Amino acid sequence: MARPRPRPVGRAEWLIDRALRSYAVLAYLFLFVPIAVVVIFSFNAGRHAAELLGFSTRWYESAWSNVFVLKALRNSLLIATSTMILATVLGTTSALALESSRGRLKAAFEQLTYVAIIVPGIVIGIAALLFLVTAFSWLNPWLAYFAPESPPRLGLGAHSVVATHTLFTMAIVNVLVRTRLRGMDRALIEASADLYASPWRTFRQVTFPQLLPAIVGGALLAFTFSFDDFIVAFFTAGQDQTLPIYLFASIRRGVTPEANAIATVLLAVTIGSMVVTGLLIRRSRAVGPVDPARALAAAAGGAGGGRAGSGSTAAAVPGVAVVPE
Amino acid sequence: MVAASTPVAAKGRSPAGPRGAPVRLLLIPAALWYLVFLIAPLVVLAIISLGERATNGGYEPALTLDQYASLATRFTPFTNTIVLAFGGTVMCLLAGYPLAYVLATRAGSWKTVLMALIVIPLWTSFLIRTYAWMFILGSNGVPRLLESVGIDVQLLNTPFAVLLGIVYNYLPLMALPIYVSLERLDRSFLEASRDLGAGQVATFRQITLPLSAPGVISGCLLVFLPVMGEYLIPVLLGGGKTYFLGNALADLFLQSRNWPFGSALATAFVLFVLVVVGLYTWLARRLTAPGREGGVL
Repeated sequence: MARPRPRPVGRAEWLIDRALRSYAVLAYLFLFVPIAVVVIFSFNAGRHAAELLGFSTRWYESAWSNVFVLKALRNSLLIATSTMILATVLGTTSALALESSRGRLKAAFEQLTYVAIIVPGIVIGIAALLFLVTAFSWLNPWLAYFAPESPPRLGLGAHSVVATHTLFTMAIVNVLVRTRLRGMDRALIEASADLYASPWRTFRQVTFPQLLPAIVGGALLAFTFSFDDFIVAFFTAGQDQTLPIYLFASIRRGVTPEANAIATVLLAVTIGSMVVTGLLIRRSRAVGPVDPARALAAAAGGAGGGRAGSGSTAAAVPGVAVVPE
Repeated sequence: MVAASTPVAAKGRSPAGPRGAPVRLLLIPAALWYLVFLIAPLVVLAIISLGERATNGGYEPALTLDQYASLATRFTPFTNTIVLAFGGTVMCLLAGYPLAYVLATRAGSWKTVLMALIVIPLWTSFLIRTYAWMFILGSNGVPRLLESVGIDVQLLNTPFAVLLGIVYNYLPLMALPIYVSLERLDRSFLEASRDLGAGQVATFRQITLPLSAPGVISGCLLVFLPVMGEYLIPVLLGGGKTYFLGNALADLFLQSRNWPFGSALATAFVLFVLVVVGLYTWLARRLTAPGREGGVL
């Protein structure tokens, strides 16, 4: 029999409970107040935080009339869109292909997916820079040899950012789609086959619709990670500045209110696409028994600051989180 | 490094029937992408790390392990990385555990919303989250407000700002896995403990805390590893003074142009990350029941 110990019910527990709840409120404030500050001050007419002069959109106007900002915005949108398309196609097709593969080949591909997610963003950026510079210095003389008139010169630029972003975003899409595939109801596929549907038709009418939330979610994640990424683009962008690179360069020179406006625009784009992603991932979770932790972890994975800073990198310790940043 | 033979294998191994083969061919584009943009760059990195620095910077072919040997002697500046990454991880744990605990035990019907609120910051730009603190701690932010009440402090460009930046940016990554392990905790243990007369505190210490250890370990890894490679936080909040592997690497490639040493450092970093994560995965697989692959998180 257990020794009957007096239960410390009452005041002490009530205090602990209050303390925990208040702590959580403070933690949420800590998470959101800094972002809110940036947004609020982007609408402040004054030059800095101590100079609250009232509402104004002058910093948005000045950012909008800055040629460099517009060019960077255009590059960022172009890079993020291309990355999204490539990562979605490659990630989804490879996830489907993995389903019907087994053995060493499958294991090796899974390993590479983890590696793509785990390797810190800064190393991905540097390694890609070294590799591309080396490859270009070999290829350019050949191009000059075959087309002596107007030799095309390969160099770093938006395309090399797309290539590198696609590497880790496609790994994230792959993980999301596979998680969904695993949680899918097999009986439906078998039923479809029993009803004499061709494999292609089964895919189109049964498998694909079930996968859609994961695919769209993955696509939006890929877009966001690419749009937000600083560190990888920093090394591989060459002359093509992206918005985060522009923002970084300008705040290193000193904080300007214009930076708040640019940051707010970046935030709006990201949060918008992320809210949609969140809803889709939740919906896909509701449909089948997908491990929510995995989906979340995969989502967090990219995140990151790493990759997307460093964060992105962050997310995915495999056992844990599925994948990747 | 890990599996240089994949893409080749992708073509060679598909005799498992006419149905599976065409689908499996879909693996080729993705495998090629890994080959060209992941394996090849890492191989180039490893090759350059075996070379020597050319006199005016860059790379000169050689086959030597000198760069790795000098990692040890030149490691002193990087003790900062270890100290700050470790300190940052501990602070994240102290801040993140109670948060995850409240979420798992007291959130009630708000759970989904509160979870989403933890994940949203992870999805917003890392650069902006760091910049927000630069704006707040900078001389026109909080210090100016404090000045008006007669307090004169420098907040930006201090180790304090760096630690704050780490806790701020990585708190969600710590709280998430801890939350998941608390959530999965078998409630009947808690009831048993209560029935046996243990109070809330004793139950927490003897049941909850040990059973959430897997979440704590994953959280610490998710924070520690990326923080080691941090670049933006030390540059924006530490004034570049507080060195992390990340800004050491950026300096080696962009400023001092010592490619071989930088490559050796990067290679060692990648190996360290892969070994730690590999060990962790292996352990996690051994500890969890078979069939529930990698379910620790």
